[in-house]
Amino acid sequence: MKILRSLLGSLAALLAAIAAAQAHPHVWVTMTSELVYAQDGSVTGVRHAWAFDDMFSAFATQGIETKQKGVFTREDLAPLAQVNVDSLKDFDYFTFAKANGKTTEFNGPTDYWLEYKNEVLILHFTLPFRAPVKAQRLDVEVYDPTYFVDFSMAENDPVKLVGAPAQCKLTVVRPTDTSVASNAPINEQFFNSLDAGSNFGAQFANKISVACP
Amino acid sequence: MKFDWRTAREVARLAALVLGLLLVAGALDVLLAQTNPFGGPRPPATPPLPAAGGLFGWVLAKQAAFYHELSGLIRAAKTDGSAVRGLLAVSFIYGIFHAAGPGHGKAVISSYLIANRETWRRGVVLSLASAMVQALVAVSIVGIAAALLGATRSTMCTADWVIEVASYSLITAVGARLLWVKGRGFLATLRLLRHEPVPAPVGAAVTDRHEHHDHHHDHAHHHGHGHAHDHGGHAHHHDEACDHDHGPDPLSLAGPGGWRRGLSAIFAVGLRPCSGAILVLVFALAQGLFWAGAAATFVMGIGTAITVAAIATIAVGARGVAEKMAASRPGYGTLVMRGIEVGAAALIIAFGALLLAGYLATERLVGLC
Repeated sequence: MKILRSLLGSLAALLAAIAAAQAHPHVWVTMTSELVYAQDGSVTGVRHAWAFDDMFSAFATQGIETKQKGVFTREDLAPLAQVNVDSLKDFDYFTFAKANGKTTEFNGPTDYWLEYKNEVLILHFTLPFRAPVKAQRLDVEVYDPTYFVDFSMAENDPVKLVGAPAQCKLTVVRPTDTSVASNAPINEQFFNSLDAGSNFGAQFANKISVACP
Repeated sequence: MKFDWRTAREVARLAALVLGLLLVAGALDVLLAQTNPFGGPRPPATPPLPAAGGLFGWVLAKQAAFYHELSGLIRAAKTDGSAVRGLLAVSFIYGIFHAAGPGHGKAVISSYLIANRETWRRGVVLSLASAMVQALVAVSIVGIAAALLGATRSTMCTADWVIEVASYSLITAVGARLLWVKGRGFLATLRLLRHEPVPAPVGAAVTDRHEHHDHHHDHAHHHGHGHAHDHGGHAHHHDEACDHDHGPDPLSLAGPGGWRRGLSAIFAVGLRPCSGAILVLVFALAQGLFWAGAAATFVMGIGTAITVAAIATIAVGARGVAEKMAASRPGYGTLVMRGIEVGAAALIIAFGALLLAGYLATERLVGLC
């Protein structure tokens, strides 16, 4: 039985290693986002513009009929945009918000469309909060927990506040490149971290926070 | 054959092992579901994966970097022919790194080599052949569906779905066949250990062994044993422990399938195209440079084959070490080796079945659908 047990153990380790190699991005998104505020200083939602990488863009637009070759209008891309937002629902739109430390839910997206510019697709959509919130501290994180999609913020002005009270202060934190800096070998801890509690993609989170007095 | 409760117990243990494997794999399935958020729905799953540090993170970063270079090089190749050389170089390295990730049949090929007692040379050839089949399938899908028929991504996704199902079914079938053959080998070894007579007619067995003996003499590296024992069941153990890749092994019920034997494994693994290749091909097509994409895909396949072959060689080496250890204990050592083979065969079935169920969704093109 000892042999069996050790055999099972090593096989479990093997499968775990395979699982670990599972997550790697297939789609890259460069994002710019706006936090939209109402007159009374409450925040009403997040307006995203996500630019996909050129290879995924070519794949997604493959075979879509257009009047002019290589020029995709908003109308041409409307069915694709619908597919996109419909399936994003299962992932909470990769957007996770907290107002004063409390998780805040979004309604379904509004004003969504796809734009084709410089040979890449850009998905525009607005995520309204269930109810506008007045918060001294608002945190919004954008990431894919499964790391199938790699999100990174645009180089310049990735986040804007629209109509926010003048005293509000915006902080943007890009995901740190842990993959390059760390030299930790794959050890026992590596396998132990394969429990339901860990959140692999979170370490690639783009963090936006707004502090209003 | 009369009922032997000890045999029954061994079989029960074997069943427990297989069941355990399936349970481990099954527990992982929930963790692994991965499809694309911009296409069809996937069941919401909690993703419990480790930190992206160390070797894994490094591979991740490298393959992302090379991936991004590919599109730029294809673009450049439109105007500058010399960029093609760069494209091929990067494709090659991308293939090496990318194959370190999920899929590409590493697990299936390694398990197959272990279960089937193959040599590392065959492992290398199997890896290369399946990588080439994989590249060919990718070029065919995009070439026929997209380039010729102008199919949309949803059509390509359907084509891929059909191919995936075929591939996973074939993997499961290859595993099932191996389990059948190796399970019988295991039980045969078990019977020998119990000093029970071999169920085959004695006369036939003796003739068979004499042929085998002659064959050994043709080779310079005969170990000079076995002959004296030929009429007892013990001879089998010696032959097993010193099993080289020459000559038919009397206990191997697989038979001398030759290269045809590996063909099913090559197709099972190679049938399913890698989504990285599909993306490169569709992008190249959009740029009007399909041929460059096709060339890149094949070079990528060679890179992939190198990684898979390296891992397969490690697997074969590990098996060799186990074999040496087993040789020191003639009776039970052989049994353990047969048990490992059965386990490897069961693992292939587990992989095939899980892939088929869409759980162990490695590197799926459906992920882009």
